[in-house]
Amino acid sequence: MFGPIFSKPLSSKNNKTGSWRMGKRPKFLQTNCIACRMCILICPEGCIEGEDKNTYHCDYDYCKGCGNCVEICPRQDIVMIEDK
Amino acid sequence: MREDILFASGHTACAGCGQAIAARLVIESAGPNTIIANNTGCLEVFSTKYPESSWGVPWIHSLFENAAAVASGIESALQYLGKKNIQVIAQAGDGGTADIGLQALSGMWERGHNILSICYDNEAYMNTGIQRSSLTPLDSETTTTPVGEKSFGNPTLKKPVAEIALAHGIPYVATASVGFPQDLQKKIKKALSIRGPKYIQIHVPCPLGWRHEPNLTYRIARLAVETGLYPLIEYENGVLSSARKISVVAVEEYLKLQARFKHLLNNEEEIKKIQEIANNNIKRYSLS
Ligand SMILES: Cc1ncc(C[n+]2csc(CCOP(=O)(O)OP(=O)(O)O)c2C)c(N)n1
Ligand SMILES: [Mg+2]
Repeated sequence: MFGPIFSKPLSSKNNKTGSWRMGKRPKFLQTNCIACRMCILICPEGCIEGEDKNTYHCDYDYCKGCGNCVEICPRQDIVMIEDK
Repeated sequence: MREDILFASGHTACAGCGQAIAARLVIESAGPNTIIANNTGCLEVFSTKYPESSWGVPWIHSLFENAAAVASGIESALQYLGKKNIQVIAQAGDGGTADIGLQALSGMWERGHNILSICYDNEAYMNTGIQRSSLTPLDSETTTTPVGEKSFGNPTLKKPVAEIALAHGIPYVATASVGFPQDLQKKIKKALSIRGPKYIQIHVPCPLGWRHEPNLTYRIARLAVETGLYPLIEYENGVLSSARKISVVAVEEYLKLQARFKHLLNNEEEIKKIQEIANNNIKRYSLS
């Protein structure tokens, strides 16, 4: 390759990595959430959003099911469930 | 969707990748007025699977060893053009920082460029299949430091890159970890508020290379800090300005979650050596 190649900003969104999940996905119970935002901070995919308490959720188009959101939640308000 | 996204979903990092967590926290803390130069490595590869890119800021990759040189050119050009409000970040893995890129990095620090250099320290050359780097810790098994009858894995200690950075007389040097995301964000913001060269080394677990379950990235990153093996420190103008206090967990608790250390589990002598490293850190930085 002799010269620069360019890509469109944020175009990786075309790549739906949710298909990578290995049988489990996080479920956001939205009952004891204190809106601490820790799940947003730790998500490697950056696919969690939410504002007020009990509004947090993730985008299953991209979630690879790693489960670090479950680990970091101080209120055990996210659990891993069978992915159907 | 959120409008502040500067590092998009759809990248091809492994599930639970620590470097992906850190890279997003870094650019979100830096904000949109930023240009990034990236060495070759996992982050470069998984964030720019052609023709796609995860980046929402100008981002350039040239070679494995030269992001610091590329960033130096960018920063000089911005100065020439009188563009004062654009920040420049040079980022690399531990191999790109501590081994092959150290020369370019040293030049960038020594010349005094107004650039933040980030090292994503996953403690081996992960992108090419887990070869040892000079930031691989003692007794870690990698493909080039295999465990055997006469080998407990990597025979050397981590290169003191933060101290090498300090020796250049740069105004800000810090370590951080994805186990402490808010601390990481704070350090990025603080670094970028200071003029001159800055260096931040971030501990980023690698489920594939460290051989742990993907959901343990956060827990393992925290344990590295809480054992004293990865102290979170900050130097401003050459003076130690903060060291995060820890609860002092035994190093086995950290080692036993990772198969790269599994050969150590019944080896008291080797574990003692690793505990010694933690103890020295605890003493040196008054961590407890
Ligand atoms: C000059 C040169 N030598 C070797 C390589 C092959 N190579 C690409 S990435 C890499 C390892 C990167 O390791 P590190 O900097 O720790 O980043 P990581 O992938 O672990 O995030 C190597 C050896 C290269 N691209 N260029
Ligand atoms: Mg590495």
